[in-house]
Amino acid sequence: MTDILLRTGSLSFAYPERTGLFRRKAPRDVVKRVDLAVPRGSVLGLVGESGSGKTTLGRLLVRLLRPTSGGIQFDGIEIGGLAEAAMRPLRARIQMIFQDPQSSLNPRLRLGVTLTRPLQVHGRLQQRRDRRDRAASLLDLVGLPAGLIDRYPHELSGGQRQRAGIARALALEPDFIVADEIVSGLDVSTQAHILLLLRELRARLGLTMVFISHDLSVVRVLCDDVAILQHGEVVEYGPVARIFSAPQHAYTRQLLAAIPLPDVEPGWLDDSSPIVPSLQQGSAA
Amino acid sequence: MTTTLSVQDLHVSIGKGAHSANVLRGVSLELGPGEVRGLVGESGAGKSMLGRAVLGLLPANATIAAGRIAFEGRDLIAMPEPERRRLFGRRIALIPQDPMTSLNPVKRVGAQIAILLRHHLGLSKRDALARAAELLSEVAIRDPRRVLDLYPHEISGGMRQRVLIAMAFACDPSLVIADEPTTALDVTVQRQVLQLVERLRQRHGAAVLFVTHDLGVVAKICRTMTVLHAGRVLEEGETVDVLAKPRHPYTRALLAATPRADRPAEALRPVPPALIDSLWAEAHRLDRLSAMAPS
Repeated sequence: MTDILLRTGSLSFAYPERTGLFRRKAPRDVVKRVDLAVPRGSVLGLVGESGSGKTTLGRLLVRLLRPTSGGIQFDGIEIGGLAEAAMRPLRARIQMIFQDPQSSLNPRLRLGVTLTRPLQVHGRLQQRRDRRDRAASLLDLVGLPAGLIDRYPHELSGGQRQRAGIARALALEPDFIVADEIVSGLDVSTQAHILLLLRELRARLGLTMVFISHDLSVVRVLCDDVAILQHGEVVEYGPVARIFSAPQHAYTRQLLAAIPLPDVEPGWLDDSSPIVPSLQQGSAA
Repeated sequence: MTTTLSVQDLHVSIGKGAHSANVLRGVSLELGPGEVRGLVGESGAGKSMLGRAVLGLLPANATIAAGRIAFEGRDLIAMPEPERRRLFGRRIALIPQDPMTSLNPVKRVGAQIAILLRHHLGLSKRDALARAAELLSEVAIRDPRRVLDLYPHEISGGMRQRVLIAMAFACDPSLVIADEPTTALDVTVQRQVLQLVERLRQRHGAAVLFVTHDLGVVAKICRTMTVLHAGRVLEEGETVDVLAKPRHPYTRALLAATPRADRPAEALRPVPPALIDSLWAEAHRLDRLSAMAPS
């Protein structure tokens, strides 16, 4: 039997009913009855377009949001309804890496401080000297020179900042990481480096990951399984090789067909090619 | 036939004196009538700066140090301001990157298109609105009359981008600068937007300079391409040749570093940092040379 680190059962989330001065907004289902099972040491790709609920699902998995219904089991513990105090000891084991490292690194703190702040919060730093050693080894882990310890975020390049974001998530030696669109703002040359770094870290540290992306090509590089989300529902879920070679759901096929591969292909722009129905007439964003 | 756009040995720098930095280091490119050329590069390559230079929209602290930009044989840099103003928006148009911030949030869609038509083509208010509705149906917006009365926040991102495309082609320009127009869009929407740009280009006969970082987008919509790095042209040619047989190591490295949905993970090769370092070293060597040369 495979060892499942994270499992969700009929996980759902709805933004609560809003009552405004002029109108009442019905609760909106953003994530609908999602069943996932992430084996220990594997990477699951969550793919969807804007509004598919992929980010909300990611935030549920790390319990930044509380599910409306359904459950989340982390290492055998039901965390879906856990109160914050009970959740706290688990926080160190579950980390999230955000899309925009620029806004998730404190601009007023030197990198060394940012990297070791989680250790301090969780009471894992005894001495001042420890801090510099730990920060240096974290930088080394993500392929950054130790000399960056005393630098501020604005002194780093985009790729370096994203590496720093990864290093901070790794500070507490988590078992499980949710990475939300972490390569989408990067240049191609930087992106490939970050993807290969994540692959290497996963092999070295035995990390279990959920990798959220709108880009199927990127997912193929890193993930073992893929779940395709549309309007908050998982429409297709399976091993990466199968999804790419034999997509079952029409939406998955549309997504794959829409990716412009860097090959000249006359006819790709022809009107006869399928136009996705949901785009025919957009509603308010 | 005259060349639609001709850029020759264009040098642009930002800042003054000791603090100035070169962003374009002698860029040349040509665009024939109806040609779609991809201008490809990563951040800092100067691709948007080139598009802005052509549009006369360089930031205030930027200087054109040398070079020539000619539109249909006329020198754009030396041209008097009133004459340039008559060209921009009418003969030379822009499809901007960000559909969220490029429309006026407090004006209805119809009014924003109409003001363009009234200003450049001298249409009456009624004619301008009728033409605006036609333009919206050209970009596959159903029920255009209803959309004319909406505010930008009431329509989706993909639809806003289609409105901007309609505006770019509104006055039958002969040159359109498309500055990463699909970067913010989902792939399925991106495909539709690219289809529309191609359809309108054919109908209106415009040449398009398509600024992008995405080699996939270039492959699908551009007949020719120019690869830019550190403000220098590293390679240019027919897209089909450049992608199949890239001559410059940087182009080859970019292709190898682009994840592909049709290939397994093992095929991915990141760009060697030493290559990037040597390209920047070469760019800075050129800077020193031109600083020493008598002006």
